[in-house]
Amino acid sequence: MTQAKRIKVVLAKPGLDGHDQGAKVVARALMDAGMEVIYTGLRQTPEAVARVSLDEDADVIALSSMAGSHIPFCEKLKTLLEADGLDDKLWVIGGNLPRQDHDRLHALGFRGIFPSSSKLDDIVNFIRTHVQGATP
Amino acid sequence: MNDRLQAAMRPVVNESGIEIKPLYGAADVEASGGFGFVGEPGAYPFVRGIHPTMYRHRPYTMRQYTGFGNPADTNKRFKYLIANGQTGLNVAFDLPTQCGLDSDDPLAYGEVGRVGMAVDTLRDFETAFDGVDLDAITVSLTVNGAAPQLIAMYLAMAEKRGYDVAQLRGTAQNDILKEFIGRGTWIYPVEPSVRLVGDTIEYCAHHAPKYSPVSVCGYHIRESGANPAQEMAYAFCIAKAYADEAMRRGLDIDAFAGRLSFNFNVFGSLFEQVAKFRAGRGLWAKIVKEQYGSQKPSSAWLRMIAGGGGGGLTFEQPEVNIVRGAYYALIAALSGAQTMALCCYDEAYTIPTEYAQRISLRTMQLLIEEMGLADTVDPLGGAWYVETLTNQMRSKMEAIMAEVDAAGGIKQLVAEGAIQAKVSAQAYQTQRAIESGEFRKVGVNCYRVEQTEELEVQMHPYNEADTRRQVEALERVRGERDAARVRTTLAAVRAAAQAEQNVMPAVVEAVKAYASVGEITQELVAVYGRYREPVRF
Repeated sequence: MTQAKRIKVVLAKPGLDGHDQGAKVVARALMDAGMEVIYTGLRQTPEAVARVSLDEDADVIALSSMAGSHIPFCEKLKTLLEADGLDDKLWVIGGNLPRQDHDRLHALGFRGIFPSSSKLDDIVNFIRTHVQGATP
Repeated sequence: MNDRLQAAMRPVVNESGIEIKPLYGAADVEASGGFGFVGEPGAYPFVRGIHPTMYRHRPYTMRQYTGFGNPADTNKRFKYLIANGQTGLNVAFDLPTQCGLDSDDPLAYGEVGRVGMAVDTLRDFETAFDGVDLDAITVSLTVNGAAPQLIAMYLAMAEKRGYDVAQLRGTAQNDILKEFIGRGTWIYPVEPSVRLVGDTIEYCAHHAPKYSPVSVCGYHIRESGANPAQEMAYAFCIAKAYADEAMRRGLDIDAFAGRLSFNFNVFGSLFEQVAKFRAGRGLWAKIVKEQYGSQKPSSAWLRMIAGGGGGGLTFEQPEVNIVRGAYYALIAALSGAQTMALCCYDEAYTIPTEYAQRISLRTMQLLIEEMGLADTVDPLGGAWYVETLTNQMRSKMEAIMAEVDAAGGIKQLVAEGAIQAKVSAQAYQTQRAIESGEFRKVGVNCYRVEQTEELEVQMHPYNEADTRRQVEALERVRGERDAARVRTTLAAVRAAAQAEQNVMPAVVEAVKAYASVGEITQELVAVYGRYREPVRF
């Protein structure tokens, strides 16, 4: 029996938004759940997020956005992640994400969308299911 | 009380870690330090208020946080709020402005005018404050990393309109140390950032002595996970760091301490909050008088804006946030705040609408006009519970400040990321406690309703055209200004930074030449470098 590989998450704060309380709380929850978390810190460009995701060979690329610039950022990021062959990874996003933007985010390739009020255990379980779910 | 009753009672410990008894009496006040430190309002140590008559003389200023899109949009919203009885302005800037970037910077992509008003040059300030009487309405600028440029713009705009800068009132947030802990609009490393705060204090002490160049914010530290006692204790450590920086330049404490102001949060237990403010007033007065040797009573005033409460508001059942806001305003009024602002009920969703802003404004007006909150000074003073808790909160804050000093001081702890790690660990514990139901939040972990219908929150509209208009306006200014004068004044900014002189006189000249926020930032970055965030857990 082989031991399950530890899930590796790159958690990024896109753009100029400095509200990182939520991102850090989620990072701790993922670490407590046994995942490896690479937290980028603030002010990440789409290029920086793509690069660290590739370099770290992340299973999950997670964004935390609170200041309303998620759509333009995710549009740029999608192109870069696809160019790097990272479209088979799990992309998730959390934060202040108005409901009318959810379809657009899904269409851009974000499978997990966690607006304000999401529960930590729901985020953890979603990631576990969708990363390990690939090899049932 | 018999043992059986005692045993059946649930234990209560407030967020600051103080055990709360079911009943208080005079003996509890004595045991916590007595009434000796209370005094009279308007007299040292100002526990009961910094003025003898408080709101009977002048009710709190109402200053909702506002700004979005371009300066013309924001100007309209300012006028709307003033027409509705608001007595001060609290300006929100977009993230590019706050981070020292121009609207056409590639890093500003998607963020221009998004969470506040975009500002590139002095022209934008001229537009934003057009028709606003700067004597009647005091203006607070919520900017930190780019504060030197924006303070310079405000003074230059006022001067251009004929105001005497020496008489001009107003406030800038300009508290960079808390930006490293929470909120995150830092630009330069910690040391030069604190020096820049010193530059603004020194410059204003000489040229605009009625302007408040710094508003030290416990507020965002609380939002990042600090408890109420830590919120105030860390803010005082930060305020001391700025005072030390100003005094290192030879300024007397009484030349600037009276213009330091503070910004604190109000969510949480009502009594803990009121005790926090009363305790904080006494402790700050004691620090200024005993540690800094101030001779002027007004230097020791803890002048503050209290309000917000964003961390206490919920995404669930947002209309209940209107009620929370009413209690938060009550807390701020019972606490003797000079200025008040409330987060709006829709802020978990969007930038507040005009309608939501008006509800917040009416909430604050109700307390004055209908509920008698402006009639009597410190109405909770003398209550055994409140006086005991005030003494206990002060002891907590003193202990936290001593811990910070023993560990190397606030500048070092912030540079290392130690405070950030501590408050974010607490934020995680609180979130876990909310999700387990141990820390009660109405509508979140108790009294939930299934929200099947769409929530009635009107979203703040956003379109790319706003960005284009702002960039075009910047290009127009760049085309019209005297390019040689811009080059000379920008070179002077860099030279002042290199020589470790106060950069403010040069920044003011550059701003008057219509140099942009981003251009001035680049000169300072060339000398100071950029901050590298320590990511610590």
